[in-house]
Amino acid sequence: MAEAVVSAAASTPSLSAPAPLPVRAVLPWALFVGLLALIALYFVGAEQGATSVFAGATVHEWVHDGRHLLGFPCH
Amino acid sequence: MHGSTVRGLLVRGMLAGLIAGLFAFAVAYVVGEPPVDGSIAVEEAQAAPEAHAGHGAAAAEEEEEAVSRPVQSTVGLATGVLVYGVALGGIAALAFSFALGRVGRFSPRATAALTAGAAFTLVYLVPFLKYPATPPAVGNPDTIGRRTTLFFLMILLSVLLGIAAVIIGRRLAPRLGNWNATLAASAGFIAVTAVAFVFLPANDDAVKAGFPAALLWEFRLASVAIQAVLWAVFGIVFGVLAQRLVAPRPATAGTSAEQAVPAVG
Repeated sequence: MAEAVVSAAASTPSLSAPAPLPVRAVLPWALFVGLLALIALYFVGAEQGATSVFAGATVHEWVHDGRHLLGFPCH
Repeated sequence: MHGSTVRGLLVRGMLAGLIAGLFAFAVAYVVGEPPVDGSIAVEEAQAAPEAHAGHGAAAAEEEEEAVSRPVQSTVGLATGVLVYGVALGGIAALAFSFALGRVGRFSPRATAALTAGAAFTLVYLVPFLKYPATPPAVGNPDTIGRRTTLFFLMILLSVLLGIAAVIIGRRLAPRLGNWNATLAASAGFIAVTAVAFVFLPANDDAVKAGFPAALLWEFRLASVAIQAVLWAVFGIVFGVLAQRLVAPRPATAGTSAEQAVPAVG
C-alpha cells in the first residue's frame, strides 16, 4: 500500500486539493468525540427543560441566558 | 498517522471553537443581554397582576433565587456559549475531516470556511427560520417538551438534508459541471426544506400575544449575530490552523510519503 500511496502522490500535483483522510481513520474519533460533544450540547441546550438527568433547576438557570440566545427552546 | 492528523484537527477545532466562543460571548453580553433583561422586565410586569396564574411571578421568583441575574448574564452566559463553541468546534472539525478532499478542489482553509458556513446554515439558520429563538418569559412552559423535540428534529433534518445535498451535488458534478451541480443541489435542498417547513407543526404558542414586537426583533437579531460571529471566527481561525496542519507541501519525488494521504476506502 505504501508504494501505491507514494506513486499516487508523485503523479498528482499537490497544489490542488489535499487528499481525503480515510474514513476508517476519522470514524472512531467521530463516534467518541461526537458523542461527548452531543452530551455537552444537551446540557447547554436541553437539560432540566424538557428532560432532566439531575433534579432541580440549577443547570437550567446557570446556562439560562446562553440557552435562550443560542436559539434553544428554554421554558 | 491519519489518526494523529484527525486528532490534531480535533484539538484545533475545539481550540478554534473556544476562541470563537469568546467572541460570541462578547457579542452576546453586549447586544444579547439588553433584550434578555427587557424580556424579564416584561414578564415581571405581566406576572404582577396575575400572580395566581402559577407560572408567572412565583416561578420567576424561584428562578431569581436559584442563580442570580448578575451570575446568569456573565459566568452563566459564558459557560453556555463557550461549551457550545468547543463542542460544535469539535463536531465541525470532524465534519471537516470527512469533507477535506471530498467536496471539490478546495484548500484546507477554503474547506474550513465552507464547513463553518454549512454549520451556521444547517445547525442554526435553517432551524431558526422554522423555530426561531425566543426570549425568556415568552414561551408557554407546558409546551417545552414538544418545542424541544421539534427543534432538535429540525436540526437533525436540516443537517441530514444538507449532507444529502452535498453528496448529490458531487454526483451531479461530472454531468452538469461544478457550478450547475452546486446550483441544482442547493435548489433541491431549499425545495425539500420548504416542504418540510410547510408540513412540520407550527410553533405559534412559543410567543405570547402582546409581547413587544420590537423587543422580540432585537432579541432575535442578537441571536443571529451571536451565531454569525461564532461561525465566522471559527471558520477563520480553524482555517488558519488546519491549513498549517494538512496543507500539501510542494511534493519532491520520493520524499512525499508522509504527506500523501489518498483515500483507500
